[in-house]
Amino acid sequence: MTRIITAAAIAAILAGGTIAAQSVPEISFTATDLLRTPTEGPFVGEVAGVGANSRGQIFVYTRTGHPYATLGDNRTFSRGGSKLFLFDAKGNFVREWGQDVYGFNAAIGLRVDPQDNVWTIDVAANQVVKFNADGSVGLVLGRKPETIAVRPAAPPAPGAPAAGGGGGGGGGQAGAKLPPGSGVPGSGFNRPTDVAWDKAGNIYVADGIGTNNRIAKFDRDGAFITNWGSTGGAPGQFSGVKAIALDAQGNVYAADAGNKRIQVFDGNGKFLREFGNIGTPLAMCMTRGATQYLYVSHAGDEDGMDDATIYKVALDGKVVGKFGAAGKLLKEFGLANSIDCRNENDLLIGELTNWRVQRVSLK
Amino acid sequence: MTRLLMTALALALLPAGSWLSAQSRATATNVPVIPHEAVPNFFKNPPGIYTGENMGIATSSKGAIYIYHRAYETRLFEYTSQGQFVREIGRNNYGFAFAHSVRVDARDNIWAVDEGTDMLVKFSPEGRVLMTIGRRDDPVAMLANMPGAGRFHGRNAKYRFGRQTDVAFDQQGNIFVSDGYFDGRVVKYDKNGRFVKAVGTRGNGQLQFNTPHSIATDFQGNVYVGDRGNARVQVLDNDLNFKAIYPNVGNPWAVCVSGGPGPKNPGKQYLYVSNSWPDSAPAGPAEYTGEVYKLELDGTIVGKFGRAGKAPGQFATIHQMDCRDPDVIYTAEINNWRSQKILLKPQQMKTTSQP
Repeated sequence: MTRIITAAAIAAILAGGTIAAQSVPEISFTATDLLRTPTEGPFVGEVAGVGANSRGQIFVYTRTGHPYATLGDNRTFSRGGSKLFLFDAKGNFVREWGQDVYGFNAAIGLRVDPQDNVWTIDVAANQVVKFNADGSVGLVLGRKPETIAVRPAAPPAPGAPAAGGGGGGGGGQAGAKLPPGSGVPGSGFNRPTDVAWDKAGNIYVADGIGTNNRIAKFDRDGAFITNWGSTGGAPGQFSGVKAIALDAQGNVYAADAGNKRIQVFDGNGKFLREFGNIGTPLAMCMTRGATQYLYVSHAGDEDGMDDATIYKVALDGKVVGKFGAAGKLLKEFGLANSIDCRNENDLLIGELTNWRVQRVSLK
Repeated sequence: MTRLLMTALALALLPAGSWLSAQSRATATNVPVIPHEAVPNFFKNPPGIYTGENMGIATSSKGAIYIYHRAYETRLFEYTSQGQFVREIGRNNYGFAFAHSVRVDARDNIWAVDEGTDMLVKFSPEGRVLMTIGRRDDPVAMLANMPGAGRFHGRNAKYRFGRQTDVAFDQQGNIFVSDGYFDGRVVKYDKNGRFVKAVGTRGNGQLQFNTPHSIATDFQGNVYVGDRGNARVQVLDNDLNFKAIYPNVGNPWAVCVSGGPGPKNPGKQYLYVSNSWPDSAPAGPAEYTGEVYKLELDGTIVGKFGRAGKAPGQFATIHQMDCRDPDVIYTAEINNWRSQKILLKPQQMKTTSQP
């Protein structure tokens, strides 16, 4: 009897879930393949991050090749692999930014802040770098692993500090006596994914898809303030923080991909609420109008070719609409890893596997 | 003692043995020779432009010729129909790391097959990226695997390859991929790059492959797979059902079906199969390494041409062929860092009465 009731309850829940999913209205939209580069190159590769500044200029942080490993040196390190490109508002290539900087290895995100500074997030260098509007480097958070291991690492000696940084390397991480992400100034990120700011200019870093599963908060000058989160599925825990956004009140929205939910915290990390029904969140963007919405990119499979859409979500978690599906054609998305929503109904969607940015106009 | 001796013997034989197992002489006998000649110095590069190991070669319907090669970087060059260098395509794009083959589809789009990035990159004739299939591994994840000695994994993912080797197209625009060193299968996508079907496991039975290394389609949509390690061409229908095995033409490094990718009906088509061994082979087998067989589509051998060597008209590991015109074969060679334009003279073939 109990079993029957349970089964009925589950069926009801499933049915309810299905109805809820079906009731999400489709938002009609148009899309264009935006970026134009010279035919001889450079080429846009996997678009990890796209963002527009107040003048409409478009910045694209993209994986353009392989990081190179140096051989024959005392220290083998990796270099290259990703580039930052500037396009005009119509999508025409203007020039490269940050040529040959130290930490452009594996792009994972880009954001433009309200002062038009450009922030790049790199998942191999484990860094968040702020470029001033003039292109100079304004702030560096985290440190690139100094060297890479070119053979399987030997088991650590008893009592040896844990290696800092992701990817089996990272000798020389500052503060290595504490595990990375322990929250002290200088502790390293482990595959950070995103950055956001509050009105005071405090910096919030989603850290990330490595082992840290936390959000780190710094003041506007990069001084560590606090961090919260650990690995798991409970409130305040994460299973891969893939994106972060703040609302006008300073609440922090974290895309908790492995747990298929958005968690909401106040600016000090106090858990407020969570909501689901947004699939597996890959990217987010908070609109800037009087009534704010979140756009949430969902990709249900590893390569984003079977199950994907972008949801428009009210801040109470109600899904108000969705658009797009998985695929390679226009109006389809192949791992939409970045959303710019400076204009609420005129979005820039950066895709990893389709190597492009679509300008999406919602009706 | 005996065991020790046998171990030593096995160790001594292992390198040669494993090498031999990867190569085998064609079993067809008394095959008539098709007279052929190479156009001397056909491909001409301006000063400072070099090709490295020529892995792929393909022609367009307009006469353009593309060579995909491994130089300092993996690069894709375009030449005129007269062999003059025109330009470079896709320089330093994300999908280029280690060239394997290049093909041109019915709309003259250029498809680069890169075994370093596990990617297909489709370029428009102008050189713009139109589509990609497959995905480069995350460099952070790859660090854990350094120094990078990959091996067969049979991952069999819908949108990921494992050192895929080649691509072909049917008249509907469907895409066929031979995949490859780390998988043993053939994958079909529709014209929009959406997965349709995959068949194949590793082995030597029907619909099994031991490094499917090259792939081609005929006008009816049948699929010819150079099953190199198994020393056979395996023929599949358009839905990837097994049709036939052609077992007698050695190790098919490269396969090619004449007539081009359509849409015009090419009429009678031929299958060319290159049994080109590495030129590190002993001098003795030169006569049967570097040979190219010409077959009817049903597997009947028409003739053969070529032998190993470095002189014009000889071949040092043909890695890909273009045979849009059945009597004009473009060959890309690994070891000689070159491609050649080969003119066949089938009308001068001596008819042999031998069985």
